[in-house]
Amino acid sequence: MTVVSYVLYGLVGGGALLALVRLALGPSLLDRVVATDTLLVIISAGLAVYAALERDPTVVPVLVVVSLLAFVGSVSIARYVGGMLIRARTDDGVEP
Amino acid sequence: MSTVADVVAIGCLLAGAFLCLTAGLGLVRFPDVLSRMHAGTKPQVLGVLLIMVGGAIRLSGWSATWMLLLVAAFQLLTAPVSAHLISRVAYRRRHVRRDLLLVDELADGGHQDAVHRGDEPGDAPPEEPPPAR
Repeated sequence: MTVVSYVLYGLVGGGALLALVRLALGPSLLDRVVATDTLLVIISAGLAVYAALERDPTVVPVLVVVSLLAFVGSVSIARYVGGMLIRARTDDGVEP
Repeated sequence: MSTVADVVAIGCLLAGAFLCLTAGLGLVRFPDVLSRMHAGTKPQVLGVLLIMVGGAIRLSGWSATWMLLLVAAFQLLTAPVSAHLISRVAYRRRHVRRDLLLVDELADGGHQDAVHRGDEPGDAPPEEPPPAR
């Protein structure tokens, strides 16, 4: 069981570290948004792994909050960046 | 019976954690925003679902199970919305490697921003001349 827990935390932690690398390197804002989204999902997965391994249900409400927070964050940043679109032409050639 | 349930739960957890690692690898190695989203959304749906199943097997009590089910439902509902918004903005803001696309149905529809904004990657397509009036 100990070996299994080490392997699980290693896999989740490796994924989180690689997402952090992309968050630091990301050439554009949208790369960072994608990396943050993935990082929050991996964090919630790690919390769930902890809860499952320790049979400890106290972190389960935190999972609900984190999963909703990831959605709200990425959607608001995408709307913010999209609001900075200027002069994107539409299909019929009419400028908005 | 308990041993079988534990083995199933550990299998689900291992598969979900492996998907988390593949998401990190894909985020680091893939070339542009759309393919990074393709890699990054693997744990967002399948990985989280597998881990929630494993946690629901391991945790005792119905309240934890219902909350894990709630998390899974939220993920299934919200992942397509955020992915659609991000990919739409990425396409318009020239963050897509168009030389790697096989099919680009929106290529000549004018669906992308014609003006460079300064934060595009270096291989973005060149800026179009302003339309003649």
